[in-house]
Amino acid sequence: MSGLSRRFARIDPRHLPLLGTVAVLVLTASYGSFAYRGFFSAQVFLNLLIDNAFLCIVGVGMTFVILSGGIDLSVGAVIALTTMVSAALVEHRHWSAAAAITVVLVMGTAFGALMGWLIERFRLQPFIVTLAGMFLARGLCYLISIDSISITDPTYTAISQARLPLWSGEASITVGAVVALAVVAAGIYLAHCTPFGRTVYAIGGSESSALLMGLPVARCTVLVYTLSGFCSALAGVVFTFYTLSGYGLHAVGLELDAIAAVVIGGTLLSGGVGYVAGTLFGVLILGIIQTLISFDGSLSSWWTRIVIGALLFVFCLLQRLFESRS
Amino acid sequence: MPGSLRQRVLGHRLLWPALALLLLLAVNGVFNAGFWHLQWRDGHLYGSVIDILNRAAPLALVALGMTLVIATRGIDISVGAVVAIAAATAALMIGGALVIKDGVPVHTSRFPLPVAIGAALGVAAVCGLWNGLLVARVGMQPIIATLILMVAGRGIAQLLTGGQIITIYYGPYFFLGNGFLFGLPFAVFIAAAVWAVLHLLMTRTALGLFIQAIGINPAAARVAGLQERAITVCVYVFCGVAAGAAGLIISSNVKSADGNNAGLLLELDAILAVTLGGTALTGGRFSLAGSVLGALIIQALTSMIYSIGVPPEINMVVKAAVVFIVMLLQSAEFRRAARGWIWREAMP
Repeated sequence: MSGLSRRFARIDPRHLPLLGTVAVLVLTASYGSFAYRGFFSAQVFLNLLIDNAFLCIVGVGMTFVILSGGIDLSVGAVIALTTMVSAALVEHRHWSAAAAITVVLVMGTAFGALMGWLIERFRLQPFIVTLAGMFLARGLCYLISIDSISITDPTYTAISQARLPLWSGEASITVGAVVALAVVAAGIYLAHCTPFGRTVYAIGGSESSALLMGLPVARCTVLVYTLSGFCSALAGVVFTFYTLSGYGLHAVGLELDAIAAVVIGGTLLSGGVGYVAGTLFGVLILGIIQTLISFDGSLSSWWTRIVIGALLFVFCLLQRLFESRS
Repeated sequence: MPGSLRQRVLGHRLLWPALALLLLLAVNGVFNAGFWHLQWRDGHLYGSVIDILNRAAPLALVALGMTLVIATRGIDISVGAVVAIAAATAALMIGGALVIKDGVPVHTSRFPLPVAIGAALGVAAVCGLWNGLLVARVGMQPIIATLILMVAGRGIAQLLTGGQIITIYYGPYFFLGNGFLFGLPFAVFIAAAVWAVLHLLMTRTALGLFIQAIGINPAAARVAGLQERAITVCVYVFCGVAAGAAGLIISSNVKSADGNNAGLLLELDAILAVTLGGTALTGGRFSLAGSVLGALIIQALTSMIYSIGVPPEINMVVKAAVVFIVMLLQSAEFRRAARGWIWREAMP
């Protein structure tokens, strides 16, 4: 056996999907750098994070849900509701930014907890419960206002425009991007270094085995959806900073992007296998496809959807191959 | 089935959806004085009830396809995208231009109408085939397999229409969505015909039993010698064609094709209609008539919200509440818990 194949054999097969994701990211990034002038710059790569900070935060919550074998379709609607409530509280009721952010975070967390409780207590399908949650959250947006509410509050605008310079001012990132990175770090810690994380993996692997092992399955299931609700609300806060407005049609279809990011990040949809870090790479791949298409200029925006669909297909197919081999 | 008439009526699966529909129609009648009023004008029937029937037809078609998919333990969330693709295909092939022939303005079609309709349905069937192969051959989870087409499908539809809303100028095509036959909207006949054919297939042949068997236990169905994979693929193909037909009706009704918004959120309404009709999302037992009733309930609900005068935006909250209630009523755990609450209250 040659040295190369021995080294290849030493790679844990569980890491293969994640490695595939990183390889795709590196390939697309290097293609872009060679094909388009100005693509290879720190700011272009940081913009990936800045423009997709909310997707990244939602993706971390979604990773936990999918790891536990469930799905959460309400995330986009919760983001819209968060932006709407923040805008209404700050602009119409003249609350302080801190109070408004606290309220929306509690609201999103409670929303997730309620859905988790329904799923766990009454053995309902996560798919249909979160679908109803999506309807409810979007509907509540329209109850507040049909139109977009723009935010002029000084605290919000200040945070929205704040830039943290990196590499002695050559590039900069926003508060939202920093929050996203912090959430990814917290997610990695939660998934791999806490009893909660191990229980989530166990439930995704086999719920009945987890129950027999004496793990707190019921509490953990509710907590997973609560966490996803909190992440959606936090993403909504970041989205509010990003767009400085509240609107019922914000983040339409974001749940699909989040699921796509998680799948492309190497998490198996059957639950139990995957990494939070993979989701970050998944989000970056989605972002880099958009950047490539906008750099090209001749391709229309709908090519983004088609390419994401194709990537999703390839990764799902690879997942099936890995599953059938193991 | 033995038993008195009373037992048979009370135990019938369609009782609750039918009662819900009647209740909604009654509320409609109370708030809208002219609701039951039917008018015969220009050889057509006009009225709110006819309007509900007409508008529910595309949803009923999609719901029928969805019912069979759900009965095999699947789900198809790409129907909205398939509606957009079929509408875009038809609009592209018809196009239509006003030509003056012998001094009379005549609408022309790029291809003959049957070819255009056939092509649109064919494309929809290919979409269904893609979903079916991913589910039955590759073995993906249905929600993910159809998610791929849902994401990419809108892109494909926009690619076909070039990101524009294509307006159709061809009179005969409008008959699908706006025409009348024997005084009733033509779309109603399409939905009714599809239901009738399916009903015969499911009750007069073993196909209905096969589909239920696959939904209850796919492995057992395969061991029993059923062509499980072939039937599953066929069911997804049918769902695609049904969505395509709905796309034709919708685009003919609005005389245009919009790749971005045609059939948006239709998958959710279709799933809701199927659930309301009493088909469990866990597969197995299904009711085609129930799904049609479900589609009518959704349309009656929408028209009620308009007639009461509350902002139509509340529609989504009401739908959400309906889904939550139906979902809880279907859950065995909830019924047990509810029985416990009532019993405990009655105890002291």
